[in-house]
Amino acid sequence: MTDTTMTIDKTKTDTQPAAPTKAEPDMPPAIKPAAERDPLRARIENFSFYYSNGFQAIKQVDMPILDRKITAIIGPSGCGKSTLLRSLNRMHDLYPGNRYEGKVILEPEGENLIGPEADPVLVRLRVGMVFQKPNPFPKSIYENVAAGLRVRGIKKRAVIDEAVETALRRAAIWDEVKDKLHGSAYDLSGGQQQRLCIARGLAPNPEILLLDEPTSALDPIATAKVEDLVQELSETVTIVIVTHNMQQAARISHRTAFMYLGEAIEFGDTNQIFTNPKHPRTESYITGRYG
Amino acid sequence: MPNSSIPTSAELIQSGFVRRRKWIARGMKTFLFLCAALSVFVTTAIVFVLVRDSWDFFANVPLFDFLFGTMWTPVFANPQFGVLPLLAATLQTAGLAMAIAVPFGLIMAIYLSEYARPAVRETIKPALEMLEAVPTVVYGYFALLVMTPFLQGFVPGLKGINLLVPGIILGIMILPYVVSVSEDAMRAVPNSLREGGYGLGMAKWQVATRIVIPGAFSGITAAFILGMSRAVGETMVLAVAAGQNPNLTWDPREGAATITAYIVQMSLGDVAHGSIAYQSIFAVGLLLFVITLLFNIIGFYLRRRFREAY
Amino acid sequence: MSTTTQGALSAATTNQTAFDAVRKAKQKDILFATGGLVVMALAMTLLLALIGDLVIRGATRIDYGFLTSYPSRLPERAGILSAWVGSLLVMLVTAFLAIPIGIGAGLYLEEYARKGWLSNFIEINVSNLAGVPSIIYGLLALGLFVYGFSLGKTILVAGMTLALLILPIVIVSIREAVRAIPRIIKEGAYGLGADQWQVMWSYIIPAARPGILTGAIVGLSRAIGETAPIITIGALTFIAFLPPAPVTGEFPFISFAWLNDGFTVLPIQMFNWVSRPQAEFHVAAAATGVVLIALTFSLNGIAIWIRYRLRQGYRN
Ligand SMILES: Nc1ncnc2c1ncn2[C@@H]1O[C@H](COP(=O)(O)OP(=O)(O)OP(=O)(O)O)[C@@H](O)[C@H]1O
Ligand SMILES: [Mg+2]
Repeated sequence: MTDTTMTIDKTKTDTQPAAPTKAEPDMPPAIKPAAERDPLRARIENFSFYYSNGFQAIKQVDMPILDRKITAIIGPSGCGKSTLLRSLNRMHDLYPGNRYEGKVILEPEGENLIGPEADPVLVRLRVGMVFQKPNPFPKSIYENVAAGLRVRGIKKRAVIDEAVETALRRAAIWDEVKDKLHGSAYDLSGGQQQRLCIARGLAPNPEILLLDEPTSALDPIATAKVEDLVQELSETVTIVIVTHNMQQAARISHRTAFMYLGEAIEFGDTNQIFTNPKHPRTESYITGRYG
Repeated sequence: MPNSSIPTSAELIQSGFVRRRKWIARGMKTFLFLCAALSVFVTTAIVFVLVRDSWDFFANVPLFDFLFGTMWTPVFANPQFGVLPLLAATLQTAGLAMAIAVPFGLIMAIYLSEYARPAVRETIKPALEMLEAVPTVVYGYFALLVMTPFLQGFVPGLKGINLLVPGIILGIMILPYVVSVSEDAMRAVPNSLREGGYGLGMAKWQVATRIVIPGAFSGITAAFILGMSRAVGETMVLAVAAGQNPNLTWDPREGAATITAYIVQMSLGDVAHGSIAYQSIFAVGLLLFVITLLFNIIGFYLRRRFREAY
Repeated sequence: MSTTTQGALSAATTNQTAFDAVRKAKQKDILFATGGLVVMALAMTLLLALIGDLVIRGATRIDYGFLTSYPSRLPERAGILSAWVGSLLVMLVTAFLAIPIGIGAGLYLEEYARKGWLSNFIEINVSNLAGVPSIIYGLLALGLFVYGFSLGKTILVAGMTLALLILPIVIVSIREAVRAIPRIIKEGAYGLGADQWQVMWSYIIPAARPGILTGAIVGLSRAIGETAPIITIGALTFIAFLPPAPVTGEFPFISFAWLNDGFTVLPIQMFNWVSRPQAEFHVAAAATGVVLIALTFSLNGIAIWIRYRLRQGYRN
């Protein structure tokens, strides 16, 4: 990929409205109503994913990702939520034989993240990820948060110190760890580890942050903290969050996508999805009839 | 809120950082590949050196005379290069070693995998590993200066330099290896098979001999074959205790040079580079390499087949 | 298996015979278990007796003079100074080559190589090299390094030879260590935007450090006792001098002249003394053997200890 295609101007991104007319014609009807009001950060178009064993885990999904909004993905276990999320920062490229089809267009540059010319490493520099299970590195708390900065070649101690503190504060864990920054990350509780991983993902300022069931291992208090944090973050970062917890999706997200057996059955305003689902499957899932 | 001193991906690209990293990653990938490919290079180099330096040798000595000749007299005025004396000594000591290592190794492996409590196994396995680490020249010392004088009291006609004692010592030497490889094979037999046997009312020894050993057969065979390969290629015990005198004998009480001992003997004396005596060590080396290669390849495939089975 | 079933069933026809069969089986079991123990004890006792004998004969010969004297034609004056210095320097070269190359090859095979004929071929190659007799490596070195590259019979050549020899051991243990690193740790690193080499350098290699260390130690303990390949490259056995020191008084303070020096090593010294007729030299050989065994046992002990500590593993 050439440098120019990737170059973006941050100030422009903020003011320039997305061009909805451009995207409109090939968008399926289910998505149309929601996509018009807000600027887009990414468009998932006709996207399919095949695991190396030939299994098609994602089937022709179309979905807009709104700029600096929280998009929640819900659906029964095994429907492909994690698979979709991991596609957005090319995690599947780590294992041979996996195959993407379709497009994930980053707006406003119009770059296809899963195209053959996109470098997975560059994609991951822009799109950060927090995993389902807390996975701190076997290093100190400080080094965990600094990891993304070191990857970007930042060496200045003062810059790193500041970024580590900012990220830990944003992840609402600063007060708990500020006295043991150089202790092992493994000495933290599960909930603390997960917030540490969020801080780690935040520290390098990703453009999009992917969260895969970030609260599934946490107690209600820690969950509430992470939810507050995610909402606060959405003022500056575009967030896509996978969750099993429908109340959570209803509480924090702006848009919700419902997936079923690899397909995006319904996508819309969170309020609309939870109060007035259009698709009978969505309705039975959110009213708890299966899933 | 975003920290402006943290570069965006666009800035990382503009500053050339991304390109630099890409080159480093590519360069390192190439370097790592070369490291891995070194093993292929080493194998090729071994074959190349052995063939090149024995090429002239086989121009002078017909292959048939080499393989079936019964006289090995490389430094005589009229040298003879029949490898049978060296080969016979090599096979005798390796055979003796196997005669020790196969039964004892099998019993020990069964004991460790089927009878021993985990705590016992966890102490014995590292102990075996330590024994594998004893330098071979020390085993040579044991053979020549401890075991031979001792056994001379029991075995009439046992010479001070002989094939019997190095063979026995060799067997003890490869025992830890044979035990650990065959024990691994036995432990890989799934417990469900064992339980099937117990369900039929079998006793432990019956399960061991009728289920575990047949189940682990290819793995155990691999252990024996790889052990044999080691015994054939072992050098120092034989160079020290089996003598350096080519001698076609089937009496293990006598001494005789093995292939490896011959190579050592010639290396100790100053052999002129390029002489036929110099070439002869590469010729016997090639023979040794081919023999062990065969054993190793058979062992490799047996082991791999065994791993795939479970 | 079916014959056993029949045997068991027919034995069960009456209670008495069933009882007999069970008792017999029990007896055989006990026989088997004791047999295993006896064989094990026998082998261990024999080895312990041999090592004990070596220690009794050799230990008293080890003193300050033995460690600081050159070999001599007079057995009572002979020492292992040049041998242990030689072993140390050769090991230095071996470690310097085998560890990075082994890490590189291990990482490549475990993390980079796509399953295919090439990685399969390299894999067979590595496992085959592990089984090539050490003396063949000596012939390789003689034909390639000593005469092919005209490097001579030097410390450098010995170190290179032993490095090739232990490479398969190092590679295998590094691969095991790398394989044990949890996938989610790797994914976490990639998820931050790290490229493959950054992940290797900052995450995989540090996390695999204990495994790398054990592999290196076990490999070096094997190398330190190797005799045959070094004899084959024609290392002298009577060396009454030390190679030039690696550290010098003048700028640039480090000298590599020692790499191109002749040398002897501990196992060669021992071989040399074992081969002499005089019993006094045999005592010196035993003493050298004690030093060698002490070295290899402590190296392996350290490796086993590290592996034992490692069992605690990742807590996540
Ligand atoms: N590595 C893989 N190879 C083949 N199939 C896979 C792989 N990983 C997941 N799958 C399959 O893909 C489908 C989607 O899996 P995915 O992990 O995306 O589900 P999910 O929606 O995240 O479920 P959960 O809520 O339980 O996390 C499942 O049917 C799963 O079996
Ligand atoms: Mg999931």
